[in-house]
Amino acid sequence: MTIKLMQGNEACVEGALKAGMTFFAGYPITPSTEIAELSAQKLPEIGGKFIQMEDEIAGISATIGAALTGKKAMTATSGPGFSLKQEGIGYGIITETPCVIVNVQRGGPSTGLPTSPSQGDIMQARWGTHGDHSIIALYPWSVKEIYTETIRAFNLAEKYRTPVILLMDEVIGHMREKIEIKNEVIEICDRKDPTSPPSDYEPFEIKKGEEVPEMVGFGKGYNFHVTGLVHGSTGFPSGNSEIAEEFLNRLIDKIEDNKEDIVKSKEYQIEDADIALVAFGCTARSALSAVEDLREEGIKVGLFRPLTIWPLAEREIEELSKKVKRIVVVEMNMGQYFNEVDRIACKNTKVEKYGRLNGQLIKPEEIVNFIKEGQDA
Amino acid sequence: MPSKLVEKYFRTEHLPHIWCPGCGNGIVTRAIVKAIDNLDIDPNDCCIVSGIGCSARASGYLDFNTMHTTHGRALAFATGIKLANPDLHVIVITGDGDSSAIGGNHLIHAARRNIDITTIVYNNNTYGMTGGQYSPTTPTGDKGTTAPYGNIDLNFDLCKLTKAAGATYVSRSTIYSPNMITNQVEEGMKNKGFSFIEALTICPTYYGRKNKKGGALEMMEFLKENTINVAAYDKLPEEKRQGKYIVGEIHKSSRPEYTEEYQKIIDSFSKEG
Repeated sequence: MTIKLMQGNEACVEGALKAGMTFFAGYPITPSTEIAELSAQKLPEIGGKFIQMEDEIAGISATIGAALTGKKAMTATSGPGFSLKQEGIGYGIITETPCVIVNVQRGGPSTGLPTSPSQGDIMQARWGTHGDHSIIALYPWSVKEIYTETIRAFNLAEKYRTPVILLMDEVIGHMREKIEIKNEVIEICDRKDPTSPPSDYEPFEIKKGEEVPEMVGFGKGYNFHVTGLVHGSTGFPSGNSEIAEEFLNRLIDKIEDNKEDIVKSKEYQIEDADIALVAFGCTARSALSAVEDLREEGIKVGLFRPLTIWPLAEREIEELSKKVKRIVVVEMNMGQYFNEVDRIACKNTKVEKYGRLNGQLIKPEEIVNFIKEGQDA
Repeated sequence: MPSKLVEKYFRTEHLPHIWCPGCGNGIVTRAIVKAIDNLDIDPNDCCIVSGIGCSARASGYLDFNTMHTTHGRALAFATGIKLANPDLHVIVITGDGDSSAIGGNHLIHAARRNIDITTIVYNNNTYGMTGGQYSPTTPTGDKGTTAPYGNIDLNFDLCKLTKAAGATYVSRSTIYSPNMITNQVEEGMKNKGFSFIEALTICPTYYGRKNKKGGALEMMEFLKENTINVAAYDKLPEEKRQGKYIVGEIHKSSRPEYTEEYQKIIDSFSKEG
């Protein structure tokens, strides 16, 4: 076991390398730049490749291109860059190309608040690219968890052949924290090699009992076609409405039907709680502190923390709503996740929001006060 | 019956193609595979990447590792492919709008890096797929559906652009002389670096009709009459150069190629180890 003092952005690169990343393409943007810098430094040491592209769209495009040759590839960005990446995210979804997109969030809209934290991209992660689709987005709350969730992001990308978004907070990306890297064996997923010979290979064929097609890289003798147009199992474009419906639903179902595997959340002192805070990332750290403070005053509060932001932890939120009298969603935006929680929980309990837009962290005492004021009413 | 060349390199089950009668894209596409055939490159080792537009549909018809990407980004995707796997021959098929409007930034930076990608622009002077809007290569004064009173923009000389940006092989040819396209693609693929081949083609359906250029035959005649080889052009007096398109090898130079330079960095670590 090694104990290190590590920055969140650094932990992201270490996790990516552990997961098998051998390619990174990106564009400099605060507060994610250290991820590109460290990738530039470390990848050639292991025979991997780094390239600084001419813009954000080129960054994700090159990432997807590399992934299609068989590499595990990542790009990283922030706010305005995440807006530009949406084109490539959609292409990655429809071509079922595994890759990881890191968004170290900053305040928006537009250039916004470049070095201040924000949790304003919850919905952009979900619906930023056009068209109906599903998405996987993960949200760590510590430097250690950035390491482990980056590995999980790569694993899910490979397992489900889809882009995975890692949402990070500026304050955790730039924070230095103790991290213990144990020598235990970490499970690493790889894409499934084709079981058919090239003559029978269909790049988007679903084999019996499977939900995700096998995948081979360019240059391995399989000569397949990849397109951003709707396509059938052969990979060639089709305007047939039955093929379109089956294909587009499959892309959604392969994620939504596997929520038990993908959705991860943690509960803190929920067992006997009357009130549940719901929070993620840096805000969940303040929320946990508020839970402890409120408990000292005899108010039974717990915390529900989704590590998987998308797909939504619907079952978990519904169960939570049956246990507590009050849910307060605390987030550094004006209610993006609240609306989702409210949609699920409102039939069982009261759901409130505590939001923030000004680039300042939400402090534990603010949450304590909000809870106490609500109790008096 | 398809020709032997088509039989060998095309996905014949996906033919006929979607291009209009009189379109020149088929001529360019055939000229490219002829070059691959002449060079005896194994299709398994060749990746053909395209963007969006009429030209971009070529990738789907070709029996190689093929990728039909997003509008303008073919070179960005291709850069990822080439850097990740430098053993692949990477060809980009793109159009004038795709490569020089929405994808202009990727074009100049691919040229600047001198990454070993051969790019063939099917230049038909218009956005054909969307119905004939003016493109960066529509000549000044010509019409498009979005330039009903004539185009007031200066049209791009893509060969000058890519030469200035650092491409190490730059040439132009037309569908009137498909063998010239083939020769240039061969030269481009032999060049270890960024190669840019502008293939002048025709769109009788939109650009031709909108500008009263006649049918496919008349437009081919126009290409024949208004192009001049680079050597002959240099000898012409200034007044006779007006309106002529230079064809032939416009630029050739030698400088380090991107993926080879990157490999040197990787190798420096294995030597240290």
